[in-house]
Amino acid sequence: MAKPRIAFFDFACCEGCQLQVINLEAELLDVLDHVDIVTFREAMSEKSDDYDIAFIEGSITRASDIPRLEKIRENATVLIALGACATIAGVNALKNRRTPQENLRIVYGDDGDKFETFPVRPIDQVVEVDYYLHGCPIDKNEFLEMVKALLMGTAPKQWTSAVCVECKLRENECVYDLGRLCMGPISRGGCDAICPAYGNSCEACRGILPDANIPSMVEVLKAHGASEAEIERRFTNFTAIDKLVQEMEQPQ
Amino acid sequence: MSDTIDLNIRIDHLTRVEGHGNIVVDMEAGELTQCKLEIVEAPRFFEAMLEGRLFTEAPHITCRICGICSVGHTTAALRAAETAIGFSPSRQTVQLRKAMLHAEFIQSHILHLYFLAAPDFLGVGSVIPLAETHKDVVKRALRLKKLANDACAVIGGRHVHPISLVVGGFTKLPTVEELQGLRDTIVAALPDVVETVALFKTLEIPHFLRKTEYISLKSDEEYALYEGDIYSSYGVMLPPRRYRHVTNEHVLDHSTAKRTRTAFGTFMVGALARVNNNFDQLSEGAKAVADELGFKTPCFNPFMNNVAQLIETRHCIDDLVAILDDLIATGIVDEIPDPQPKAGRGVGAVEVPRGILYHDYEIDAEGILTQVNCIIPTGQNLSNIEADMRELVHEVIDEPKDQIALKLEMLVRAYDPCISCSTHILDVEFV
Ligand code: SF4
Ligand code: SF4
Ligand code: SF4
Repeated sequence: MAKPRIAFFDFACCEGCQLQVINLEAELLDVLDHVDIVTFREAMSEKSDDYDIAFIEGSITRASDIPRLEKIRENATVLIALGACATIAGVNALKNRRTPQENLRIVYGDDGDKFETFPVRPIDQVVEVDYYLHGCPIDKNEFLEMVKALLMGTAPKQWTSAVCVECKLRENECVYDLGRLCMGPISRGGCDAICPAYGNSCEACRGILPDANIPSMVEVLKAHGASEAEIERRFTNFTAIDKLVQEMEQPQ
Repeated sequence: MSDTIDLNIRIDHLTRVEGHGNIVVDMEAGELTQCKLEIVEAPRFFEAMLEGRLFTEAPHITCRICGICSVGHTTAALRAAETAIGFSPSRQTVQLRKAMLHAEFIQSHILHLYFLAAPDFLGVGSVIPLAETHKDVVKRALRLKKLANDACAVIGGRHVHPISLVVGGFTKLPTVEELQGLRDTIVAALPDVVETVALFKTLEIPHFLRKTEYISLKSDEEYALYEGDIYSSYGVMLPPRRYRHVTNEHVLDHSTAKRTRTAFGTFMVGALARVNNNFDQLSEGAKAVADELGFKTPCFNPFMNNVAQLIETRHCIDDLVAILDDLIATGIVDEIPDPQPKAGRGVGAVEVPRGILYHDYEIDAEGILTQVNCIIPTGQNLSNIEADMRELVHEVIDEPKDQIALKLEMLVRAYDPCISCSTHILDVEFV
């Protein structure tokens, strides 16, 4: 069987998820035995439009991104959103709080009107996405699992349980007991609760679970002394664009 | 004979650099009509995103400007926020942060030297063919890179994006045993560094000289990375809060990145600037590397930035061992970060692998960020890169076009530009 051809593309992002792939280090060489990486601009000069699997990193932030992404979708058999910027628009969605014109003015002052930008979107608001690798950054082992599943023709694992579940299994001290707030109860897991394991809050970088109980999360945050503004910030760190949040903000 | 020459070079989406940029050179009858590095990366608006957020959120948001300089942005954010609220971190906190920053330097420099720069010297398009022809070389590069990841995992949870580094200190501290283990791994990696130096000794660095101004941090205490005053090789010294005298940002139409220049014209920041400005404070091991690779200060060859990175890699390894020894000897004391908001303004000036990074925050009494400015190293270098490109084109104009193009690419790569970082800003027409 011919080796599958893999390509990486980046839109607006920090390229940290591509770095996580390179961070596989020793395993990276094993992966290379089983696949051909044909486009990876950050690491190689060779490029090709002939690929089977496309990993897309980053958010869509301007009109000119759209035809580029559509072309990739046309070429690829399987398209995977790589990291929070691509899956849920990640931190980039923070800029949606203001109009594009305001953003331009804040960053560029009077030069602002020279430039083009529109509200940030995750990849699946532009093209169909086959699989999601969540996280900011992605977990490199989860990437490896995904590649293995694709090689074997099985469906990659997609997480449906909350960070809290993994956190308790890992026997972390709950950060609420340390006086911090945490979004773990409603956040999509798969990261082995790495942030609470290092004493810090889960910021929901993998998005909010579709069946999450938002009102009860809000109650928990309130009960731990969070102000309205603080709650709003917690819900807009990575998940500003999450549909659930948008619904929540609409008066019933 | 160059006065009869026409030349058009256009390299779109330059590869093996961080972020998106194009090289454009046009010469008509020996006259250079265009010579630029266009930045076409999508804009990201971090400054606008930060305004209205809490000061304690700044490190975790700004580290997402750049995966490779994640610790650098975290550090600049911590220092800007702490200066604004008038908080001084403990010595232990500072030592641990320095260790993280050193690890990021090692990782970033190794990645650049082996993955991004070396393929040009070895005549291949990427590290991937090298994985077959030079497997031991690639394995060594990955081992050295992993070292840095291990260090960041022990101290901060992970390298992209650190978890436990917060305003005021750490949410989780490493144990002395973990630090001891880390120290042993680092010492065991020294032969890999020696081999790396031997490899780069065999690569021929293009000979090209152009005098320019070198700007870096400087400190009486040490080779300045985590903190220091702003120092120019033209003899100017400024406190970080007066950074605008150096950076003086302005906007060009062909670039989504802000760029900077000083009163003297263009300047360079990064490894070459630091090694030129602070050579005496390097570790003995690093000075020996400089000696072996024929590096003499002041060095005016931008291609030697690669060598300067290698010198710094050795310095960071030596100094990381020294920091760990110190932490192991004093022991780790439990400290709980508890930063209180206070109205004020703070500038965090930190050396990151590609040069000085500035974060400038104004916060109100509730701790809300009201004004944010971030100035990224590559933005400071852009004008200098173009000045080098112009001079280089004239020097190599008699060579075949593909050679000229390759030299230009190598020049731009030598700066190790980090375009994702530099475009926390705007977009012009997509070219
Ligand atoms: S998801 Fe996070 S780590 Fe990945 S590219 Fe986006 S900002 Fe970077
Ligand atoms: S720290 Fe967060 S994720 Fe862990 S148990 Fe507590 S609330 Fe859940
Ligand atoms: S703990 Fe939360 S914020 Fe941290 S990696 Fe997991 S999902 Fe993301």
